[in-house]
Amino acid sequence: MSLLFAILFYAATLVLAGGIAYRVYDYARTPAPLKIPTTPAPTTSGGVAFRMFREVVFFESLFKSNLWIWALGWLFHVGLALVLLRHLRYFTEPVNFIIAFIQPFGMYAGFAMAAGLAGLWARRFLVERIRYISTPSDHLMLALLLGIAVTGLAMKFVMHTDVVAVKTFFLGLMVIEINPLPADPGLYLHLAMVALLMIVFPVSKLLHAPGVFFSPTRNQVDNPRETRHLAPWAAKFEAKN
Amino acid sequence: MADETPVAVAPAPTSVPPAAKPAEKPAEKAKVVAPAYREFPTIPVLKIDSMVESNPYVAAAVHNESVGFPGTLVDGWEQKAVAKMGELLGKYRSLKVYMDSCVHCGACTDKCHYFIGTGDPKNMPVARQDLMRSVYRRYYTLPGKLFPKLVGARDMTKDVLDDWFRYYNQCSECRRCSVFCPYGIDTAEVTMAARHIMDSVGHGQKYSNEILGKVNKIGNNLGLPGPALEDTLLGLEEDVKDDTGVDVKYPLAVQGAEVLLVTPSADFFAEPHIESLIGYGKVFHAAGISWTLSSYASEAGNFGLFNGDYNMMRKVAMRIREQALELGVKRIVVGECGHAWRVAYAFWNTLTGLGNNGTDKFSVELQKQLDPRYKEPSHICEFTWDLIQQGRLKFDKEANDSRIITFHDSCNVARGSRMGDYAGGQFDIPRNIIKAVANNYVDMALETTREKTFCCGGGGGVLTDDLIELRVKGAFPRMEALQQVVDKHGVNFMATICAICKAQFTKVLPYYGFNMRLVGGVHQLVSTAIRLGDEQ
Repeated sequence: MSLLFAILFYAATLVLAGGIAYRVYDYARTPAPLKIPTTPAPTTSGGVAFRMFREVVFFESLFKSNLWIWALGWLFHVGLALVLLRHLRYFTEPVNFIIAFIQPFGMYAGFAMAAGLAGLWARRFLVERIRYISTPSDHLMLALLLGIAVTGLAMKFVMHTDVVAVKTFFLGLMVIEINPLPADPGLYLHLAMVALLMIVFPVSKLLHAPGVFFSPTRNQVDNPRETRHLAPWAAKFEAKN
Repeated sequence: MADETPVAVAPAPTSVPPAAKPAEKPAEKAKVVAPAYREFPTIPVLKIDSMVESNPYVAAAVHNESVGFPGTLVDGWEQKAVAKMGELLGKYRSLKVYMDSCVHCGACTDKCHYFIGTGDPKNMPVARQDLMRSVYRRYYTLPGKLFPKLVGARDMTKDVLDDWFRYYNQCSECRRCSVFCPYGIDTAEVTMAARHIMDSVGHGQKYSNEILGKVNKIGNNLGLPGPALEDTLLGLEEDVKDDTGVDVKYPLAVQGAEVLLVTPSADFFAEPHIESLIGYGKVFHAAGISWTLSSYASEAGNFGLFNGDYNMMRKVAMRIREQALELGVKRIVVGECGHAWRVAYAFWNTLTGLGNNGTDKFSVELQKQLDPRYKEPSHICEFTWDLIQQGRLKFDKEANDSRIITFHDSCNVARGSRMGDYAGGQFDIPRNIIKAVANNYVDMALETTREKTFCCGGGGGVLTDDLIELRVKGAFPRMEALQQVVDKHGVNFMATICAICKAQFTKVLPYYGFNMRLVGGVHQLVSTAIRLGDEQ
């Protein structure tokens, strides 16, 4: 079983890293032929960086749009971020003091994350408009994330697992060395779902994470009169004139 | 745009004037009813398929061919459409990123004026995008190839094409949804791509393609030939002379004029558009700046934008570059037109090199003749506001005292362009002008103005009588906001700087019980109050 999970995590990491790297490359190489920032937009690149920062950290547009979705979504994402940071302790020895410091917060962030997910999922049933646009994969994605959160919380608060052994397992993986993983069904489930999430990431709507940075309506500087912007495929037309 | 608008004013929002041109479409749709105002701003319940009958006319072969596309739906169109999508995905980062990034969060679902007005769920921006995204997933993503049902992927079939034709022609590309999307997904980009794909397989929309044919052949969307334009302008000079006693000129094709004014062709003959054209002329006259119109470049509008066709948009825009070079003008100013200003402001530099600070040969060829002290191109509102700030224009503000004015931000100006030197100048400058020429101004509710403005319901290539139901219902959120300021402040003039807004409101205001003359241009107000300088 340890071997199986070792292989699974190597494969999942490859798919995740390779997939996202390919997507980022693909987005980056695709030209944006026209200036289409949603205005009013910043007129300097510093301004654009600040706009993007507000968008990524505070979900500014979503805040303007719908307070319920914003609150639930932000709760989930911030919770997830803290939980991910907390999990860095399984991959580092010694543990960075910041990571050590956030351990208790990361623990409660797990609840925030689960609450946010539950709320977002409830909307898919309760709000007619959201029900209409939801596909089976939207539900499965939430189920997967919630499953990860719940099994993680369960291991913390209900049926403990040997976290020292888990850490030894992952530290081992990082130097291509397979150590025994505790034989807990809860842990197996948790890890299997995490690996699945990593694998579907580059072919699913989770691409919104890299996508937002490449969104021309958000990442372009509003200076079309001052600076000429020309895509390579469009420049060719000028040869004819 | 050549609508015959009934002058009749209906007594209440829900009552109906006679439907326009009933003969053209078989009897089924005799009446279009404006939705009743909401007591509270509730979100409508879904009315599945309520707009499934709303189809514009399919373009005839002659119209498709005139803009370089197959006349009718081609054999093997399914594969060709999918291949075209692939081509666009490789050319437009916006399309590629937007196809991948949507998480179905639902933030946009209640933001579209067409959804608010019709309740049809396919008018929710995310659902409109999904009409294409479902096909994208089927052919261009692994999960869609393996598990189509799971991710909502669909084959490209005639049913899908029919839905595209319906609902991508129920979008005015106003970009309101993109303001609210956490990833900035712009449904307009998706709509443009879909229309371009449909054009490329011979399934174009009549109204837009017919207009593009005219502008390519004659120089403007209305097909108004040079001599007719000259007559119109001479007539205008006489009218203004009768009215003011002053010889205000409306010059055509004047070599060496300082300014080339490019304005939507509706300004030459439609009401209330022409009132603004009169206003532009008075501004040039009062400031003593030489200017000219052009017959070859007699159209600021550019329907190439609506169809997502870069080549076509460039071709239409090139007429302005060519004419500017030929006439040797120093400045290019754009009249009151929303999408034209977006194209001019955001795309002309890209498409035609008409901008500032050019360094490449193509741009420099044009820009070396332009005056670098001015923004190229400038909006007529920037032009007028500059003159006002310099004290070069004087007004009798009382002349507008019979008007209680509000301002409707046009979507393409608000969310796709800028005026002046700072972000948001496009909101302030037109309002500043109004306040400089009139005493009574009030804004509509903040959630319906500035970048959150609601589309008039007629933009993006849907300003045609075959879509009148869509247009009436799409105007609903704006009409609600207007009703509020009418009730509270007695507003009797809604100023706007868009030819499509003006035509659309003139047509749909009566459905909501308003006088069609309630809408007008900012330069119409300027025209009323301006001192021409030589009357005393």
